Amino acid sequence: MVDTDNTPASAGRRLDEATNTETVGHEWDGIEELDTPLPRWWLWIFYATIVFSIGYVIAYPALPMISKGTEGVLGWSSRSDLTDDLKAADAKRSQVVAALAGMPIERLETDSKLMRAAVSGGEAAFKVNCVQCHGARAAGLPGYPNLNDDDWLWGGDLKAIHQTLQHGIRQPGDDQTRFSQMPAFGRDGILTGAEIADVTSFVRTLSGLEPKSAASQRGGALFEANCAVCHGATGTGMREFGAPNLADAIWLYGGSRDDITATITTARYGQMPAWGQRLDPVTIKMLTAYVHSLGGGENFVAVAKAADKDASQDANGLDDATD
Amino acid sequence: METVLTRAGIWLVILILAIAGMALAADGPFAVHMGIVGIAALIALWATVTRADYSAQANAILRAPADQSRYDDDPIRWGVIATVFWGMAGFAAGLLIALQLAWPILNLEPWANFGRLRPLHTSAVIFAFGGNALIASSFYIVQRTCRARLAFPALARFVFWGYQLFIVLAATGYLMGVTQGKEYAEPEWYTDWWLTVVWVSYLIVFVGTIVKRSEPHIYVANWFFLAFILTVAMLHVVNNLDMPVSITGSRSYPLFAGVQGALVQWWYGHNAVGFFLTAGFLAMMYYFVPKQAERPIYSYRLSIIHFWSLIFLYIWAGPHHLHYTALPDWAQTLGMVFSVMLWMPSWGGMINGLMTLNGAWDKVRTDPIIRMMVMSLAFYGMSTFEGPMMSIKSVNSLSHYTDWTIGHVHSGALGWNGMITFAAIYFLTPRLWNRERLYSLRMVNWHFWLATAGIVFYAASMWVSGVTQGLMWRQYGADGYLVNSFAETVAALHPMFILRAFGGLLYLAGAVIMVVNVWATIAGRLRTEKPMHDAAYDAQADRPAIAPRPVLAPAN
Repeated sequence: MVDTDNTPASAGRRLDEATNTETVGHEWDGIEELDTPLPRWWLWIFYATIVFSIGYVIAYPALPMISKGTEGVLGWSSRSDLTDDLKAADAKRSQVVAALAGMPIERLETDSKLMRAAVSGGEAAFKVNCVQCHGARAAGLPGYPNLNDDDWLWGGDLKAIHQTLQHGIRQPGDDQTRFSQMPAFGRDGILTGAEIADVTSFVRTLSGLEPKSAASQRGGALFEANCAVCHGATGTGMREFGAPNLADAIWLYGGSRDDITATITTARYGQMPAWGQRLDPVTIKMLTAYVHSLGGGENFVAVAKAADKDASQDANGLDDATD
Repeated sequence: METVLTRAGIWLVILILAIAGMALAADGPFAVHMGIVGIAALIALWATVTRADYSAQANAILRAPADQSRYDDDPIRWGVIATVFWGMAGFAAGLLIALQLAWPILNLEPWANFGRLRPLHTSAVIFAFGGNALIASSFYIVQRTCRARLAFPALARFVFWGYQLFIVLAATGYLMGVTQGKEYAEPEWYTDWWLTVVWVSYLIVFVGTIVKRSEPHIYVANWFFLAFILTVAMLHVVNNLDMPVSITGSRSYPLFAGVQGALVQWWYGHNAVGFFLTAGFLAMMYYFVPKQAERPIYSYRLSIIHFWSLIFLYIWAGPHHLHYTALPDWAQTLGMVFSVMLWMPSWGGMINGLMTLNGAWDKVRTDPIIRMMVMSLAFYGMSTFEGPMMSIKSVNSLSHYTDWTIGHVHSGALGWNGMITFAAIYFLTPRLWNRERLYSLRMVNWHFWLATAGIVFYAASMWVSGVTQGLMWRQYGADGYLVNSFAETVAALHPMFILRAFGGLLYLAGAVIMVVNVWATIAGRLRTEKPMHDAAYDAQADRPAIAPRPVLAPAN
């Protein structure tokens, strides 16, 4: 058991009483070593890991050869593993995807089961693609609209949301993109600083942020001449131009005097990608359903009935704006 | 006199080169670094010129015992102080970045944002705290176990001070944004070159001391130290093969790119763990545990088998850091199986450490330094089981990129490396300064409990956080779509981040107690307290062998 051959200092061997084991006979700065054999459990587990490893190496891609590695008897590869997973996931979703692909977006609400599936898929796609600007719960950030409320710049029924998603907002290269451009009244010298201050006062009276004053009355006249064409005489906005309602408490870029002055002076030019160029049609339908479901979704049919003519004009108006 | 002149000449040349480098620098950070090198050269020049008084002055600062006819412990005393100092810096940086993760407002742009402080933390604890502990303890141990004074004493001092310059260059570089972007290998090319010079000098001093030993055999601790020094030299050089953009600038491009670069990086990164944080610290363990326990090493045979199997297997395990990446499947498989086989060789060290206490287990109750060592080995055992487990691909698919990895690293770093280093510092300080005992063993006990509680908070919170993260990332709804956005998974971890920072605070608090204890011990003070057990120390026997070698009486 104890091999004495290769321990030259065996003259120093002694029996350690506490453990009843012999020392090897070396000593360094008072440190000795016991001649305890390898613990059996240690050795057998070590052997077991080696056996496992050999088996694993045979079963899986492992050994580098000249042009590529061995492939393993199981024929497993991480690429095929991923492909299989994706295929299985696609197969599981294929019915819903096929149904959605064949469903016109404005009729989606009539199939509540399909609508629920679309909302669920849209929620996932939203978390990957949209949260960066619109926030994790779609509550928006300055410059990026809150999608939970019923205040829509370009329309809140399924078809309008779909159009916005598909073609984006002010996206170059997509000729159906939502487009409008507010003049930079200050920067381009259309209004003077004092006039802008007056318009600011007027705009703030619309939602009750400021009481009416001489300045706001002067601003009212300027608003009539310069702004009403898009924002409407009462400042309630026009969806044809994505012109926001200025008479409510919702401000995309802020409602303070400074914010409004900045908007009038240099104008804003918010953009959203044309997701049709990046995502497949079914995903865009799902996103549409999700955004619609957040709380402010408008009933397409009702809107269409009430403003059937407007809706067709919407499209024309849009084209006009683009031109 | 001639050597003094030669040395002064070398420092003068370096000083002039540094000034030239400053003047011609292609970017600001390089100029700052050359300024630091210039200051270091100036200090070295001054030290060389006033050499006659220097040792005495240094010893006066250190309050070293006057008797110089013993082992060459001067660089070791400096090393203990540097270990404590950099440890505090590293722990404090760690606490700060933990708080930054919990409350991002604490990111102070750009100098102290998370991206710059994180490498500062990792390098400070691994290379500054751990590295100084390794250099100091290896110089201490190699002398005692070889019964010989350090070979090339001047070079040994250069190793210590040169290493401090490396740390300063690396740390200031991080704050200025100078980085190669390689984890644990962030310093840029000129800092790497400097470290290479220092490290080769370290190798020369260490091997030189072994060569002039008075013992017939080389003690197991020295095998581990030698493996550590040699392998780290190889890893460092290969992973830092790169081409400077300008010889006076702080940017470079690596030789290896893409997946090759990633593989080389993790071959380096994993073996920084394997040889720096495992082999090197096992060497410390193999000396300090039997010394403090006053017991023989459990099994000489186990030490041989686990040394060679550890050394052979560790070097291949790096690819497990690149599971499920562009790295070819075969390389991932090999990384995994070598990691699995590494389990028992790693545990060999734990068994040899813990079982050395056979016949002295009562000291776990009475000796707080032994208690630290036992806790250290326990965490070593846990981490070296967890590591192979996490390298298994199906486990890794859940754990990778999550805080589980962070928890794993810290149970090893705080538990194993930290605790064994604290124990070593407590062992060394009274002996190096020739004090009767530590200022307070009771404070060691406080340090032990604070550190242990800190690790428990840290590791437990990161395990919960990591598994939560991994499960949330892969959570699919009934319709087959991902449930969580990334930001939602981050929000879910917030309480765990706070608990982690609390654990770090406890660990830092323990280290503050150590600073007080070490400081007071060096100052020669003794706290009046109920005594606790400590290992015996015979200062008379602690000296190098003088030829002719005395016949060693076997220990009773």
